[in-house]
Amino acid sequence: MSNAQSTSPVSRTMRVDVYERWWLWIASSLILGFLAIIVASSVLHAVHPPSHVETIDPATARTESEFASPGVFPQPDGSTLVVMVAAMFTFDPETVVVPVGEPVRFRITSPDVIHGFQIAGTNANVTVIPGYVSEFEVTFPRAGEYLVLCNEFCGLSHHMMQGRFIARSAREEDP
Amino acid sequence: MSSLVDKSQDSSGNRLEIAHFAVAISAFGLGAVMAVMQALSRADIDVVFRSPKVYYLSMTAHGVLMALVFTTFFIMGFGLFVARTTVGGVASERWAWAGFWVALGGTLITTLAILSGTSTVLYTFYPPLMAHPAFYIGAALLVIGSWIWGGVMIASWRRWKRSNSSPLPLAMHGMVAAVIIWFLATSGLAMEVLGQLIPWSLGWVDTIDPVLARTFFWWFGHPLTYFWLLPAYVLWYAVLPEIVGGRLFSDRLARAVFVMFILFSTPVGFHHQFTDPGISSIWKLVHTVTTYAILFPSMVTAFTVIASLEVGGRLRGGTGVFGWIKKLPWRDPFFLSVALAMLSFTVGGFGGAINAAYAMNAMVHNTFWIPAHFHVTVGTAVTLTFMGASYWLLPRVTGRELALPRVAFAQPLLWFVGMMMFSISGHITGLMGQPRRVYSSDYFGSEAAEAWRWLTLMSASGGVVLFVSSLCFIAVLGTTFFCGSKVGMVPTRFARSLEPLPETAGGFDRLGLWTAIAVILIVLAYAYPIWQLLTLERFGSPGFSPF
Ligand code: HEM
Ligand SMILES: [Cu+2]
Ligand SMILES: [Cu+2]
Repeated sequence: MSNAQSTSPVSRTMRVDVYERWWLWIASSLILGFLAIIVASSVLHAVHPPSHVETIDPATARTESEFASPGVFPQPDGSTLVVMVAAMFTFDPETVVVPVGEPVRFRITSPDVIHGFQIAGTNANVTVIPGYVSEFEVTFPRAGEYLVLCNEFCGLSHHMMQGRFIARSAREEDP
Repeated sequence: MSSLVDKSQDSSGNRLEIAHFAVAISAFGLGAVMAVMQALSRADIDVVFRSPKVYYLSMTAHGVLMALVFTTFFIMGFGLFVARTTVGGVASERWAWAGFWVALGGTLITTLAILSGTSTVLYTFYPPLMAHPAFYIGAALLVIGSWIWGGVMIASWRRWKRSNSSPLPLAMHGMVAAVIIWFLATSGLAMEVLGQLIPWSLGWVDTIDPVLARTFFWWFGHPLTYFWLLPAYVLWYAVLPEIVGGRLFSDRLARAVFVMFILFSTPVGFHHQFTDPGISSIWKLVHTVTTYAILFPSMVTAFTVIASLEVGGRLRGGTGVFGWIKKLPWRDPFFLSVALAMLSFTVGGFGGAINAAYAMNAMVHNTFWIPAHFHVTVGTAVTLTFMGASYWLLPRVTGRELALPRVAFAQPLLWFVGMMMFSISGHITGLMGQPRRVYSSDYFGSEAAEAWRWLTLMSASGGVVLFVSSLCFIAVLGTTFFCGSKVGMVPTRFARSLEPLPETAGGFDRLGLWTAIAVILIVLAYAYPIWQLLTLERFGSPGFSPF
C-alpha cells in the first residue's frame, strides 16, 4: 500500500504536533489531578467505599448469629449500632431511629439473594450479599425521615422492599 | 491508508455480513418494544400486559438483546466487512459462518429461556438468583460463536501480515484491538459461566460464591464496554473524516489509543463493585487508578476526531474559529448520527468520571443514574454510531440505494432528543435516590417518590420518542433492503491521514506484544484479590428463583 499523498495545506496551518502535544499534556494533567484528589482524600481522611471483609453462613445467619435478633442498639459512647437483615422483601428492622450528629454503624447481611440498602438521596448505599457481612458508618447531620429502599433486583416484589430511617435530635424524647 | 481495496463485489461474502446485521437489527427491534413498555411502567403508566412478572422478564430480555446480542452481532458483521475491505478478505468464510450459526443458536436458546419465564435474572445474572440452565448454556454458545469469529479476524490479519510490512490499515488495527479485548474480557466470563454457573444450575454443585461470581462478571463487564466502543471509534477515526471530505488528524495517535485500550480496559472491574463487601478498599483504590487511566485514550479520541472534522470543514471552505462547523455535511445521516453520538458521549464522559470516583460512587450506585449513564454511552454513543453506520454500510453490502432519506435524517435527531429526555431526567432522579430496575417507582406515595414523579414521566416520554426513532430506523433499513433501487456496489473508502504513513509498521502495530503486557496487568490487578477471596472461610449460597 504505497502512499503517494502529499502533506495537505491544512496541516501546515494547523500544526499537528504542537496541538497534539498540548492536548496530551492537558488530558494527562486532568486525569492525574482527579486521581490525586481521590487518593489523597482516601489516605488522609479515610474516605472509602464500604469494603468490609467478613463472611457468615447464610443458612444459619438468622438463627445462630447476632442477626438472629436484629435491631437498633445505642452504645455507651453515644453512637448507635444497627444490626439488620435484608431478606426477600423486607428490611428487619423496618424502621430505624437514630440520634442526629452521632455515628451510626450498620451491619447488614442477607439470608437469600443479593439486596441493596440505600437511604434515598444520600450516599448511604451498600450491596448486601449472602455469605458476607456489609458494614459501614454514617453520621446524619440533619434531622428528618428518609426512605430506605432496595436497589438490587431480588425478585418480583423488589420494588416493594423498603423501610424508614429517622434521624432525630437527641433532645427529643424517645416515644 | 490511501489505496482502495474493494472486494465487496463478492456476493457470497455480502451474505455473511447481511446475516449478521439481520440478527443484530431483529434483536434491536425486539429490545425496543420491551424498552418502551419498561419506560412507561416505571412511571406507573398502565400499559397492556403490565405486571411485575412481565416487567422483570422483559427487562432481562431488553438487557440481553440490546447489550449482548445487538452489539455483538453488529460488531461481528462490521468486523468481517472491515477485513474484507482492508486486508483483502476474510481468512475463512466457512469458519465465519460456523461462528455465526453457533452464536445464533446460543442467542435463540437464551431468548427462549428468558421468554419462558424461567430465567428472569437480568443481563447481569448475579447468583444466587438462578436461571434455567439453558439460559447460561445459550449465553456460553453466543460467546463461543463470537470466539470463532475472533479467530477468523485474527487469521485474516495474520494472513495479510505475512505479505505486507506496511502499517496495518487503521480500521483493521482497531478491529483487531477489539477482538483482543473481547478475548481478554470473555476469559473472565468463561470462568464464571463454565466454572460456576452451569455446574451449579445443573445441580452438580450445591452452592456458589456470589462475590467471586461478581468479580469474574466485572472482569468481563467493563472491557465489554470497550468491545462496544472500539468499533464505534473505528468508524469515527477511519470513516467519518472521509465522509466529511477531510483527513484523519493523526494516524499515530489513533493507533496509540487502540493500544491503550488493549492495556487498560480489563484491570478495572472493581469500580463496579465499590459497594461490595468481601473486597478490601485498597484493591478498589488500585482499580480506581487504572480506571482513570482508561479515560485518557477517550480524551485523545475526542481531540483527534474533532481536529479531523476541523480539517474537513476547512477543506470544504470553512473559515474562522467556528466557521468550519457550518460547512460539515449535516444532511448526511451517517454524519449527523455520529455527531450526535459524540455529543452524547461527552455527557457520558462526565457521568463516568463520577461513577469511577471511588467514594463518590456511593451516591449513584444502582440508582437510576446508572441506566441513564449507560443509555447515553452504549445506548447512544455506540448505538447511534452503529445506526448511522448502517445507513453507510447497507448500500455497500446490498448494492441498493438508501431508501427514505428523509426518515433517515429525522431518525438520529429523534433518538438524540428522546435520549436526552430519558437520560437527563434519569440522572437527576438517580441523584434523588430513585433505584434502577424497578417495576414501579412510587413507593406507596412516599415523599421522595412524589418528588421524582414528574421527572420519571419525562423519562417515560423520552422512551416513547426513542421508540418512534427505533421504528424509523427499522423502516429505513427494511425498505432499503427489500425495495431500494439497485445501483450496484458503492466502493468503500477509508479516511486518509493528514500526514503520510511511514513505509513500515511501527511499535503500535505489534499487537501481540501489547496483548502480552495486558495479560500481565490483568494478573497484577486480579491474582492477589482473588486469592484473598479464595482463602476466606466462605459459605456458598444455594439458588433462588423468586420470579
Ligand atoms: C429504544 C430505546 C430504549 C429505551 C426506551 C430504553 C429504556 C430502558 C429502560 C426503561 C430500562 C429499564 C431501567 C430500569 O428499570 O432499571 C432499560 C434498561 C437497559 N437498557 Fe435500555 N432502552 C433503550 C435502548 C437501549 C439500547 C440501544 C441499549 C444498548 C445497546 C440498552 C441497554 C440497556 C441495558 C443494558 C439495560 C439494563 C437492564 C438491567 O438493568 O438489567 N437500551 N432500558
Ligand atoms: Cu431488591
Ligand atoms: Cu465499568
